[in-house]
Amino acid sequence: MAKLGDLAKLIRSKNAGPFVLTFDVMFEDDATYRKVIDSQVLSKAGFAALYRVPQEDVLFVEHDAAKAIKISIPRPYVQCDPDDGDAYGGQQHGPLVDLEVPE
Amino acid sequence: MKEVKVLSATGMLGSGFMESSFERGISLKPDVIGCDGGSTDGGPAYLGAGERYFSKEATKRDVRLMMAGRDKLDVPLIIGSCGMAGGDSGVDWMRDIVLEIAREKGYRFRLALIRSEQDKEYLKRRYREGRILPLKPAPPISEEIIDQSAHIVGVMGHEPIVAAIRGGAQIVLCGRATDTSLFAAVPLMKGVDAGPAWHAAKTLECGTAATAQRKRPDSIFAWVRDDHFDVEPMDPESRCTPQSVASHTLYENADPFLITEPDGTIDSTDSRYEALSDRSVRVYGSRFRKADRITIKLEGAVLDGYQTVIIAGIREPFILRQLDSWLAAMQAKFADRVRELFDGKVGPNDYKIRVRVYGRDGVMGKLEPRADELGHEVGLLFTITTARQETSRAIAKTLSHFALHFPIPEWRGLISGLAFPLTPPELDKGPVYRFNLHHIVVPEDPLEMFRTETMEV
Repeated sequence: MAKLGDLAKLIRSKNAGPFVLTFDVMFEDDATYRKVIDSQVLSKAGFAALYRVPQEDVLFVEHDAAKAIKISIPRPYVQCDPDDGDAYGGQQHGPLVDLEVPE
Repeated sequence: MKEVKVLSATGMLGSGFMESSFERGISLKPDVIGCDGGSTDGGPAYLGAGERYFSKEATKRDVRLMMAGRDKLDVPLIIGSCGMAGGDSGVDWMRDIVLEIAREKGYRFRLALIRSEQDKEYLKRRYREGRILPLKPAPPISEEIIDQSAHIVGVMGHEPIVAAIRGGAQIVLCGRATDTSLFAAVPLMKGVDAGPAWHAAKTLECGTAATAQRKRPDSIFAWVRDDHFDVEPMDPESRCTPQSVASHTLYENADPFLITEPDGTIDSTDSRYEALSDRSVRVYGSRFRKADRITIKLEGAVLDGYQTVIIAGIREPFILRQLDSWLAAMQAKFADRVRELFDGKVGPNDYKIRVRVYGRDGVMGKLEPRADELGHEVGLLFTITTARQETSRAIAKTLSHFALHFPIPEWRGLISGLAFPLTPPELDKGPVYRFNLHHIVVPEDPLEMFRTETMEV
């Protein structure tokens, strides 16, 4: 079984403003992009379970032209609030890298 | 067919660009040169304390080259979100840099400053009128919250910029502005279709972020026409591909297909991306959905106190296996020590102590799915926040000693349970801020929240 991190050309997280966190999972080619979409490993429900956030808070978008999956959630802590540990939101994607994608 | 050419010097003013790339952009005779100068991305301190992101030296280097290019072509130069947060102090700072360069080089031009810092009385009136609305998710708002804010800016659209250029401005220094509005202003003014104008602006705003392998911050160029736009990086070794341009709508946005601007929404749902050459891309089908009202986003920062921090590591297996209870017992006992220290004048509500555990969930907090795993060592970051720096420092000095020797039942005798990489272990962080607004104002006029001042240089 391959990990999502081995299949994607870029997995990243980032602030989308101080109140929203966004994740991009981008692929080099259409076949890999389709394979991951079809595997259903990364879905609205899957993401919600992995990050333990309510499904209704998850915006899940497939962007065919970019060959990318994009997910946005409200920030768990507002950017730079006392409990926030990631000012740029750039290190929240780690669990996605390890996600196992069935053949 | 109408065509407007736009040169984006770099993704963020002060991050640099290659002189050769920018020169190539100038040789293509753009109708406007733009550059974004800020973001909320670094956090609320930039707005709250008027901090700068890049140094004056780095900023001046980029502005000097842009002003030279502008002087050669006599086209508008637009800089957005001056000084990072786009507060009035940032506009003043950028104005002084521009005037210094003008003196050194003998340039003459009409300068417009568009300020976006908000008058609190105005905002309170709009709030009472029900014309301030929450975005999702939004913190609470009240007249007190508006009053307590250190600084509040409104994020301008293209309208004040267009008004300044129509008024003859050749260099426009904006307070907080949407990154896109800087690049959309001149194409919209010249009457090209809003769809390609806005989508091109979105593609240009981060400089070479829309290229396939971004080597370094650099210049990028767009030709905006009625039913499409073309985009090409100015470094001949850099490439835009259909995928790289499409992907840029993802960056720092919640929804890649719909991007909200003050007067409407950029809709790239039906955009088609075609390779024009091996390094330039043509984009068709982008739309701009005009809203029936103007909405101006607010950004506010409030002072949260003054902070002192302590960094420490733990390698002791017995402490690690009871880390949470050890830290909880330590903090509970420490509350008594604080009461003694200040003779009861500093109560439990007057200070905040937080401990972040690196090696467990220090980065992700409650999003961490592996928070039950602990390695053989952890790093701790203590933050102590009160209304005065001296108080925070006094608490931190006692806490570092108290925590260092806080016992565990397994060992009989005095222990030193924290490894300090720095001494003294307490570091004053200074003022800390929070973002306190995620709201929009519905003004009657797109210009009413922004103050424009022009001067002949």
